[in-house]
Amino acid sequence: MKISLFVTCLSDALFPRAAESMTRLLAKYGVKLEFPDIQTCCGQPAFNSGYWDDARTSARTILDAFEDSDFVVAPSGSCTYMIHHYSELFKGDAEYLEKAKALQSKVYEFSQFLVDVMGISDVGAYFPYKVTYHPSCHGSRLLGIKDEPIRLLNGVKGLELVPLPYAEDCCGFGGTFAVKMADISGAMVTEKSDHVLETEAEVLVGLDMACLLNIAGNLRHRGEKVRVMHLAELLYEGVSVHERG
Amino acid sequence: MSAAEKGQTVKERARDALGNDFLRSAVRFTTERLRLGKKLAAEEHGNWDDWRERGRQIRLHTIAHLDYYLNEFAENARANGAHVHFADTAEEAVAISLEIAKHASAKSVVKSKSMVSEELHLNQALDSIGVEAIETDLGEYIIQLANETPSHIIIPAIHKNRHQIAGLLSREAGEDLPADTAVLAGFVRTKLREKFLAADIGMTGCNFAIAETGSMVLFENEGNARMVTTVPKTQITLMGMERIIPSWSDLEVMATLLPRSATGQKLTVYMSGITGPRREQDADGPDQMHIIIIDNGRSLQLGDPEFQELLNCIRCGACLNACPVYRHIGGHAYGGTYSGPIGAVLTPALKKNVAEWDDIANASSLCGACYEACPVKIPLHDMLVYLRRRKVEAGRGNKAETLGMKGFSVVMGNAKRYRNVVRLGKLGQKLVVRNGEIRARIGPLKGWNTYRVTPELPKDSFRDRWSKVEQELYSESAPMNPEVADRLSKLMDQRKNGGHGQ
Repeated sequence: MKISLFVTCLSDALFPRAAESMTRLLAKYGVKLEFPDIQTCCGQPAFNSGYWDDARTSARTILDAFEDSDFVVAPSGSCTYMIHHYSELFKGDAEYLEKAKALQSKVYEFSQFLVDVMGISDVGAYFPYKVTYHPSCHGSRLLGIKDEPIRLLNGVKGLELVPLPYAEDCCGFGGTFAVKMADISGAMVTEKSDHVLETEAEVLVGLDMACLLNIAGNLRHRGEKVRVMHLAELLYEGVSVHERG
Repeated sequence: MSAAEKGQTVKERARDALGNDFLRSAVRFTTERLRLGKKLAAEEHGNWDDWRERGRQIRLHTIAHLDYYLNEFAENARANGAHVHFADTAEEAVAISLEIAKHASAKSVVKSKSMVSEELHLNQALDSIGVEAIETDLGEYIIQLANETPSHIIIPAIHKNRHQIAGLLSREAGEDLPADTAVLAGFVRTKLREKFLAADIGMTGCNFAIAETGSMVLFENEGNARMVTTVPKTQITLMGMERIIPSWSDLEVMATLLPRSATGQKLTVYMSGITGPRREQDADGPDQMHIIIIDNGRSLQLGDPEFQELLNCIRCGACLNACPVYRHIGGHAYGGTYSGPIGAVLTPALKKNVAEWDDIANASSLCGACYEACPVKIPLHDMLVYLRRRKVEAGRGNKAETLGMKGFSVVMGNAKRYRNVVRLGKLGQKLVVRNGEIRARIGPLKGWNTYRVTPELPKDSFRDRWSKVEQELYSESAPMNPEVADRLSKLMDQRKNGGHGQ
C-alpha cells in the first residue's frame, strides 16, 4: 500500500513543520509516507488568476508524482480541493484527464485522512492552552470538512476550545487577491484578527498554512502574540512535548 | 454615468469605500442582520438543502427550455388581455416604455422596485420626455432623493444610516424630521399617497412570471407594489426574460427560497399574483397592461456551459449579504447596476465585454460564501475564475501578471528548478530579513506588508529535511496499526468496486 505525501509548495518552502508534524504523527500509527520529490505546486495561483496553461504545467508534476499512489494526504484543504479542479483543467487531454480523475478519488486533506480514513479522532495529545479554530473556506465549504478538526481538538486533553466569532468568514487571503486587492484583503484580515483577539485564545489553529500565514502576518504586524499553528503541529506537539496529565 | 464608465477601477472605488466609515458601518450592520436572519430561517426550515436543490432543478429546467416557456407565458398573458412586448436591448425597452407613456398622455409614473428598470436607466429617459418617475419603495425613494443608484439588490439604500436618511427626507419635507423610523416612514407614506392617486402609469418589475397562466408575481414588504398595480389606469411590467417559472406549484418552492434567503422572512409580507388587466367585475386594477420582456444580454448566456446558470438567479441578494468583500466595500464599488458576487459576474456577462469589466472579477477571494448562500446554488466562485481565464485567453491579461505566471510555470514545471529557486530565495531574502521577518514594502510585498509582516524562508525546506526525517522515522519497520490497515484496505476494495473512496 502506497501512501504518499503531497507536501504543498507553501508548507515545503515556508512551513516545513506542518508537513513534518503530519508525517511524524501518522508514523505513530505505522503509516509510512512516501515523498515523490518530482511534485511542485498544485497550480492554484495560476488557475485562480485565469492562467490555465501555466497552471497545467505545474499541475502535471502533481499528477505524475502520485500516479501510483493508493492514498495521498496533504496538510491543506485548499491545495487538496485544487485537485478537484483538475478534471476541468485537463478536459482536453485524455491522458492527464484519466490521471486527474484517479487522483481526485484518493487525495485527502490531513484531518479528513486522520478522522475519516484512518478512523482516529483522539491522538492521545495533551495541550494545556486556550485554542480557537479558523475553518478555511476551501476546506470547509468546498471539501466539506466541518467536524473532523473539531473532533480532533475535542480529543486533546487540557485543551480549551473557544469558538471563533464569525469563524466561517474568509480571512482575506485569496492567493493573488491579497496582492492585487491589497486594501480589501487588508480590511478582511484585520476583521479576522479582531475576532481572534476577542476570543482571548493563546493559540489559533487551522488546516491551511496560506490562511494562517495571512492571519499570523496581520497579528504580528499589530504586535500581537497569539501563537498560530497548523492542526498537525498542535497535535504532534501534544503527543511529543507535553506530558498527558 | 456609472463609476466604471468614468474609468475608475474597482481598486480606486474600493479605496474610496474603505475610507468611508459611515458606509462601512451601515453596510456591515444590515448585511449582518440579513445573513443571520437567512441562516436562522434556513435552519428553521429543516430541509433547506433539499429545497435549494429543488429550486436549482426548477431553474435549470426552465432556462434549458426558455423558448418554450416564454412562448407559453406570452400566449397566456395575451389571452388574459395584456400587451406583451419583446425588447432585445435596453434601448428598445426604453423606447417601448416611452411610447406607452406618450400614448397614455402620462404626466407621472409610480414605480415599485425593479432592478431591470435600473439596468435601463429608465427614470432619466422618462424625465427627458417630461414624465415624472416616482420610486415608491422606501429604499428606492431615498436613493432617488439622493440622486444615487441602488447599492444592493433588495436594500437599495443599505449604505445610508438613519441620520443621513432623516437629512434627505427633511430636505424634501421642508422641515426637520427626527431620525425616527416611524416618523420618517409616516412622512413618506403621506407624501406617496398623493403620488399614487395622481399617477397615470404604474410600473413594476417582476419576481416570477408563471408560464401556465401568463401571470406575474411580485414580492414586497411595503404594500407599495399593490398600490402601483391597482390604482393607475395603465400598468407596465418590466421583466427580464429569465424570470419565468413553469407553474404555480413551482412558485411554492420559490416563495419559500426567496424571502428566507433575502431577509430571513418565512414569507414575504405581500405576494401579489396578477393575471391580466382589470376585468369588468374587478373593483380596481389597470385598464391597460403592458409586459415588456427584456433580453439586454441575457440570451448571450444561453448555450454557454460556464455562464448559463447565471440565468437561474432569483435576485434575493443573499450572496451580497454573505460576501466579505461586499461587506467592506458596499455595492457602488462594483461599478455596475448589480453588485456583490452576482454583480461581479453578471455585469461583464451581460455586456460580453470582459476586457472592460474584468477588474471586478478580481475583487473576490474566491471564498465560496456566495455559492453557499445561493438558494439555487449558482457556482459564482467558479464563474469568477472563468471570467479571469477568458480575459487571459483574449490576450488582455495584466502584463506584469502574465510575465509572473510565465515565470511560475517555468519554475513549477520542474522540481529541480523549483528547488533551486527556493534556495535562491533564501539567499536573496538576506537583503530584507530583519529578526526573522520581512517588513519591507517592496515589489509584490508592497500591499501585503502594509497589513502584515512576512516570515523568512526557513534554513531547510521540507524536501531538504526529508531524507533525515525518513531515516529517523522509518528505519525500523513498525507495522501499520491493524485497525487502520484494515480500514485502508476496505476503502481500496470499495474503490475497486466502483465506489469513489471519498
